Amino acid sequence: MSDRIDVRKTYKLVVKGAFVRSESGRSYEVTDATGAFWANVAQASRKDLREAVVAARGAQRSWWAMTAYNRGQVLYRLAEMAEARRAELAEHVAVAEGIDPVVASDAVARGIDRIVWYAGWTDKVAQVLGGANPVAGPYFNFSLPVPCGVVGVIAPTDSSFEGFVDAVLAPLATGNTVVALASETRPTPAVLLGEMSATADLPGGVLNVLTGRRDELAPVLCEHEDVDGVDLDGADETVGALASLAAGSIKRVLRPRSSAGDGDVRRLRAFVETSTVWHTIGQ
Amino acid sequence: MDEVTTTPLRSVGATSAVRFAAHGSGPRIESEVELRSVLASLSGVDAVGLEARAAKLATRSIKRSSKLAALDLAIAMVDLTTLEGADTPGRVASLCAKAARPDPRNHEVPSVAAVCVYPDLVATAKRALGDAPVAVASVATAFPSGRASLAMKLADVAEARSAGADEIDMVIDRGAFLAGRLGQVFDEIVAVKAACGPAHLKVILETGELVTYDNVRRASWLAMLAGADFIKTSTGKVPAASTPPVALVMLEAARDFAESTGRVVGVKLAGGIRSAKDAIRYLVLVNETAGTAWLTPERFRFGASSLLNDLLMQRLKQQRGAYVRVDEFSGD
Repeated sequence: MSDRIDVRKTYKLVVKGAFVRSESGRSYEVTDATGAFWANVAQASRKDLREAVVAARGAQRSWWAMTAYNRGQVLYRLAEMAEARRAELAEHVAVAEGIDPVVASDAVARGIDRIVWYAGWTDKVAQVLGGANPVAGPYFNFSLPVPCGVVGVIAPTDSSFEGFVDAVLAPLATGNTVVALASETRPTPAVLLGEMSATADLPGGVLNVLTGRRDELAPVLCEHEDVDGVDLDGADETVGALASLAAGSIKRVLRPRSSAGDGDVRRLRAFVETSTVWHTIGQ
Repeated sequence: MDEVTTTPLRSVGATSAVRFAAHGSGPRIESEVELRSVLASLSGVDAVGLEARAAKLATRSIKRSSKLAALDLAIAMVDLTTLEGADTPGRVASLCAKAARPDPRNHEVPSVAAVCVYPDLVATAKRALGDAPVAVASVATAFPSGRASLAMKLADVAEARSAGADEIDMVIDRGAFLAGRLGQVFDEIVAVKAACGPAHLKVILETGELVTYDNVRRASWLAMLAGADFIKTSTGKVPAASTPPVALVMLEAARDFAESTGRVVGVKLAGGIRSAKDAIRYLVLVNETAGTAWLTPERFRFGASSLLNDLLMQRLKQQRGAYVRVDEFSGD
């Protein structure tokens, strides 16, 4: 078998449920932690980003129209898919971050558990973030959390799988659709999760994963008026500049904060609006 | 040629070439035999070459100020269309408001060329548009199938005309065309043209049902010879509507017709054109095929509804630098 030619993989973008090259035809090299060649990855352009936002907008209504229970099942299936490819994910995380394979394997296991955790939240968000309000009149008054719409995610570099899962699954669980910009230098674990989404019954366009230059794409994502919120977890030193771009279209902005512990619903809370419903009390 | 007897065209006569009128009214066709000989003299379409050329021209990149100019031109060429069973006077009125002032916040955005409605809503559209520089086009002749007697088709046209329609979009009888009853198709167009009076006549070929590019070329010539002011691709009611190769065939036909007869016929593309990018690609096709003289709403139109919003969004994007929300503009 030693003379077998390598079957090398170029990592593509995940847009509207399809795996596409950048319309620009560009790709870039990703190295491992030591600087050696690891993979060729598509380098998305502004137009790819625009297409991804169109796809996310198109998918949002039907994603939110699914029952919360059904959304939870779909996300749980994503965890099933990830579990089946756990070893591959662990290898990618170990190579990308330059960490011990055992440590990487633990990180992937935590990430998959995190997917399950968010899958469980889909039909419980309303109870925790919503409620029945006492009012001075013969009415019921409910506060219901509804999704913002399309959420842009600038994924973190330090935690290439677990961090990506956390940033992406939270808006998905609350009924948003996502355009995620994977870490520029460690994108492959995120692209793998994007690939798995296609076999997890996630409708096309619900999760879109782009790879490319952060400084080229992140400002366009934050300026895009049809994006309703951005998670700037991986923006590092550009957080301030990106947040002010996002302010131009009054987006929700989630700024990075260190170590979200277990049970932290900060991310679930970040991209929901509260809709208040009045209803007369029946006879 | 038994079908010839059903038409008032004389079935006997020389198979002479078209006699071109010098005054620009176009050639006169005296008999079905003559019509057949003219259509038979058209060369066949090289389908592979045609599709390759259409695909090649679609790769042109239009940037910056040229793009802005192209977007404005495309907006001015739009026939803003609503042809649904659920059309209401209110919906047509809001469509007319949008046609007159596509972006209410920006007076630099031109009005569209026309609104296109069913005959019973022409009066509503006329009233709603008032003095706005927007024409009212009406589909007629048993749109979209064209399956009715000539008398009913003419009554349809008369109703639209009496309600004030400036332009009539008629459909040809595709069944007759495909069955070879060319004289019947020709005579119907002539009769409808006469019923239009001063109104412009657009002839819908429904290219998605004509099967071959050769048929599209023949139908284009037939319609132009019969007196069409515009030839139009599609009703928008069949899945295969406007495609770049079909547009290329029709633009070539219009160009060749103008060169050989001196009469200028416009081209309208309808159905399936939804993005500004597609619209600009078609403008490139027009420029490279028929020439800059066709880059005007008098000679080239887009029949569309959702296209206008994308044109407006891309226009705003050029100005703001950021991509724009879908709901920045009204849905209808």
